[in-house]
Amino acid sequence: MITLLAAVPVVGALLVTLLPRGTRSQQLLARHVALGVSLVALAVALVAAARFDVGSGGYQMVEEHSWIEPLGAFYSVGLNGIGLTLVLLTVVLTPVVILAAYRDELPGNRSANSYVAWMLVLEGLAILVFTATDAFLFYVAFEATLVPIYFLIGSYGGPGRQKAAVTFLLYNLLGGLLMLAAIVGLYVVSSDAGEASYRLADLASIPMDETTERLLFLGFMAAFAVKAPLWPFHTWLPEAAASATPATSVLMVSVIDKVGTFGMIRWGLELFPGAADWASPTIMALAVVSIVYGALAAIGSTDIRRLVAYTSVSHFGFIILGIFAFTQTSTTGSVLYMFNHGLSTAALFLVTGIMISRRGSAEISAFGGVQKIAPVMSGVLLVAGLSSLSLPGLAPFVSEFLVLAGTFTVNVPLAVVATLGIVLAAVYVLVLYQRTMTGPLTDQAKVVTDLTAREVAALSPLVVVIVGLGLFPQPLLDLVNPAVAVVLGGLP
Amino acid sequence: MVWLLVAFPALGAALLLTWGKESDRFGHLIATAASAASFVWGVVLFVRLLGRDHDDRTVTDTLFTWISTGDFHVEMSFVYDPLAALFVLLITGVGTLIHVYSIGYMEHDERRRRFFAFLNLFVAAMLVLVLAGDYLVLFLGWEGVGLASYLLIGFWQHKPTAAAAAKKAFVVNRVGDIGMALAIMLMFKEFGTTEIAAVGDSVAGTAASTITALGLLLLLGACGKSAQVPLQSWLLDAMEGPTPVSALIHAATMVTAGVYLVVRSNAIFDASETARTAVVVVGLVTLIAGAIIGCAKDDIKKALAGSTMSQIGYMMLAAGLGPAGYAFAIFHLVTHGFFKANMFLGAGSVMHAMDDDVNMRHYGALRTALPVTFATFGLGYLAIIGFPGFSGFFSKDKIIEAALAHNVWIGLATVLGAGITAFYMTRLMAMTFAGQKRWKDEVHPHESPRVMTVPLMVLAAASVLGGILLLGDWITDWLEPVVGHTEHEHVVILGAEWPPIAVSALVTVVVAVGVALAWFTYGRREVAGETPEKVSFLTRFARNDLYGDTVNEWVAVRPTMTLARGIARFDQHGFHRAITGAVGLIGEGASSMRAWQNGFVRSYALGVFVGALALTLALLVVIWR
Amino acid sequence: MSDLLSLSMILFTIGAVGVLVRRNALIVFMCVELMLNATNLAFVAFAREHGNLDGQLAAFFVMVVAAAEVVVGLAIIIAIHRSRGSISVDEVRQVRG
Repeated sequence: MITLLAAVPVVGALLVTLLPRGTRSQQLLARHVALGVSLVALAVALVAAARFDVGSGGYQMVEEHSWIEPLGAFYSVGLNGIGLTLVLLTVVLTPVVILAAYRDELPGNRSANSYVAWMLVLEGLAILVFTATDAFLFYVAFEATLVPIYFLIGSYGGPGRQKAAVTFLLYNLLGGLLMLAAIVGLYVVSSDAGEASYRLADLASIPMDETTERLLFLGFMAAFAVKAPLWPFHTWLPEAAASATPATSVLMVSVIDKVGTFGMIRWGLELFPGAADWASPTIMALAVVSIVYGALAAIGSTDIRRLVAYTSVSHFGFIILGIFAFTQTSTTGSVLYMFNHGLSTAALFLVTGIMISRRGSAEISAFGGVQKIAPVMSGVLLVAGLSSLSLPGLAPFVSEFLVLAGTFTVNVPLAVVATLGIVLAAVYVLVLYQRTMTGPLTDQAKVVTDLTAREVAALSPLVVVIVGLGLFPQPLLDLVNPAVAVVLGGLP
Repeated sequence: MVWLLVAFPALGAALLLTWGKESDRFGHLIATAASAASFVWGVVLFVRLLGRDHDDRTVTDTLFTWISTGDFHVEMSFVYDPLAALFVLLITGVGTLIHVYSIGYMEHDERRRRFFAFLNLFVAAMLVLVLAGDYLVLFLGWEGVGLASYLLIGFWQHKPTAAAAAKKAFVVNRVGDIGMALAIMLMFKEFGTTEIAAVGDSVAGTAASTITALGLLLLLGACGKSAQVPLQSWLLDAMEGPTPVSALIHAATMVTAGVYLVVRSNAIFDASETARTAVVVVGLVTLIAGAIIGCAKDDIKKALAGSTMSQIGYMMLAAGLGPAGYAFAIFHLVTHGFFKANMFLGAGSVMHAMDDDVNMRHYGALRTALPVTFATFGLGYLAIIGFPGFSGFFSKDKIIEAALAHNVWIGLATVLGAGITAFYMTRLMAMTFAGQKRWKDEVHPHESPRVMTVPLMVLAAASVLGGILLLGDWITDWLEPVVGHTEHEHVVILGAEWPPIAVSALVTVVVAVGVALAWFTYGRREVAGETPEKVSFLTRFARNDLYGDTVNEWVAVRPTMTLARGIARFDQHGFHRAITGAVGLIGEGASSMRAWQNGFVRSYALGVFVGALALTLALLVVIWR
Repeated sequence: MSDLLSLSMILFTIGAVGVLVRRNALIVFMCVELMLNATNLAFVAFAREHGNLDGQLAAFFVMVVAAAEVVVGLAIIIAIHRSRGSISVDEVRQVRG
């Protein structure tokens, strides 16, 4: 089931690359096919979700095949509640993104075939990352996601895209290298303990001395902290987001960056509970710095894309804070936050992306009074913005409050400082809305036209889910709760 | 079936926001009908509640589990009790009247449907706020009304001032929300629940410091929403919104939510003397500050807004007096809802007549041009200054009496407040309706249409008759199951016990002095057509909202913005450069090594030989040792 | 034994110096051959000293490699001579013609 789920987009990607390219109608065909493939993946994922036993916290639909025997690497995949939540996020966002990117202008007449094919490849790899239960397989898939993003930024982004792509690659490779060292370390540790193995189940039961555990944990954390991104490893994100197409930004920030926070839970907490406990005060402090720093940087940004990227830095701070507070409330909140942040940031990136492409500039000052000529666009921007500032009644509020409430029970000062973030969030969202949408319509902003039916079709599912999950988050919470309980049960 | 109350307006809002242009013609009717349906249902529920036993007047309606994970458990539940019942009637009653009024007021606005959608959204959120059975659900309504307030203040988005005012209101409210959010977290930590009733029950066995902290945090939230010092600055700017919004949200209902919160959390405030004192101090300071601001404003809406601040200060103060004051706080809240909504709508009617001019110095002698507005406004005026027999007379006197019984000096300050209230309201009346006409010739004041004057008449009647709630102490009796019972305290000044009638007499005298002062300054004398520049320091102080904005600007806004811009620049140019710089260093090292690859075969060969030689020497050294 | 090694050393040094100082590709080539043969001589001398065939085996390997090298090397030199009319190694700084 899981293999099928991961294979559908990858096979679809191959199919798309084989399609004829060149004329506009042929490229449109490629986009139609890609959309169809992503919808099929969505359907498969929904079937998997329906067959998932919600009450259990363990791994389900497990598949296991020997892969590289001398290394003890297995092709081993399985789903738990946390993984399923993120898989669902991936399969929901991919069709939305493909649909929203139908009219993206690609630089230098590049073919749309490879553009959408890379997106599908990314989807498949992301699913593999979220389901891998073998550290080696995880590592391979984790690093492999860099390739599609590198090309998505480097080939299809805006000005400065190549530099941004290289920056992105360098940061992530550096983090990845440290993780590779930790993977090698795991091999050594596990073969010392008997048979070399990378399977999560085997690794979790291997005795490790304290120093080894901490070093290996830090190796993994380095990769995840860059990916998530945690202050001070975040600076690649604004660069990359400022040069990428909105669709790429969504896939990168909403889906692939979640691998960082997801990895912290599965490969940080599950494998190295002692070390995670040891490091948690430091990481929580860094997370709070991320929250405040990201929010302030967003307030000070003059470029819309950088602003949205910084809001994500702030939100990732909340997610990491909740994970490392180690309470059922906060960690569940964090997992839910990953899902909600994916939705709200996707909406924000897409709608601002549309604004920017209409206007031809990403500067906030290039807009003004757009509400008058594009009421639907401004409405969507407002809903996306309000969800980003965690307005109660919209999905992110539930997760943010769970994170804060859970953190408050274990560390009051950090929770109080993090709560200041809600004021800053109001400032960055409302300033953006005020400067771009309200006031008298400026001459230069007159070129902006309202959303087309296709764009509305792409964005409305996001809005509906954001509102729906704000009032009825319980189904997702039920999905996440048991898995989080299992993870936290392993902590000292 | 309590949820139906919320469902009507919520459905109305959803319908109007998603329906296309074709609903422009009848959208306002849908919204008004939704609000009215909610009111009718509120009356039905109220009658049912009346029929129940005195101690059995709480109906809990649990809809579904909102959030449940680990120990954190929140039910989406509505609790309909005597306190909530009063609010439901006030919100839907005044709300429906204002919907009707808005049909006329917003007639020529092309976005009228949107306006009504937001109004419905507000009513729904406000009902969630007062019906919530859990603090987190209350917070949902709390932020919902904040959103509606944001949308409606900034409804005329093309005006930069309106957009800025809307943003300011939301952000200042968010500062208060920190208090609310932290209070809820503290409840979760200490009590393991955020359900209002359960929290009340848990207070008894908890450390006093925790309860005090809870009280102060809730007070911070209340200050934000109710525009109390130090978070008062947004309310005056909020007058940028359409006048019906000012009447409904920024006078009658939303801004009183802070008072509701304090009364609803009476278990917490009862248990903490410190928190109660803080409430009294905040209320007292705001009462005086709002009144002073009200005296200096020439903008009719801002003068009324100052008055609103001041009156909410009264309510806050009463709520801070503990069980002795809760019921009177709510009583004043209800009567204030009537007369202030009445006067705001009246002001809207005046503006309607004066081509949206808000400067009272351009008014004068409007009593003949706008007879209905003048009459209804006048009744509201008599109510707010506490003319004997009118609703404000009863509600304000009760608060002053309780304050005097609590502490003579606080009591006297409230008496002084009543005098200032009389002064600024008389000033407003005199400048608007009395004296000589000061409007320009091209302005032709005309009475508003029926759809606007009928709500005025209804509200005027309520302003006059609101006092009947006190008949036979009905309101204290009615609220007793929620706020608890207390014996009537006696006012003792200078060792002598003062009967209530003496207190009333004292207040009436002070009020009469205030009225007379204002009348001789503004009614009898010619009022300048433009705002005088040369004024005393005190006037300038009041005109600038006691420099609240200046303080905020220098204490909060500027430092934050400077820091934010600095961080953004540093992050892009400093921080990022430092890291890419390190990468660049490696690159430079690589390019300097590239010079060795010069293409001369013989120099490569030399390299090989030197290398071989070095290797040999190293080997020899190793062997020798 | 030491005579053979001395001879080998002298031949190797001559070859090495030749590679470093001469510009004519053919001479450089010959000097490389000289170095290879000097090594061969050392190999054979050691084989004789130790009384086994390992050294001779290595020498044969070197000869085979040297033969292959001659073939490729000469072909390259001729190609360069054709394209540039000169066989000075200093002028062949870039592979690009």
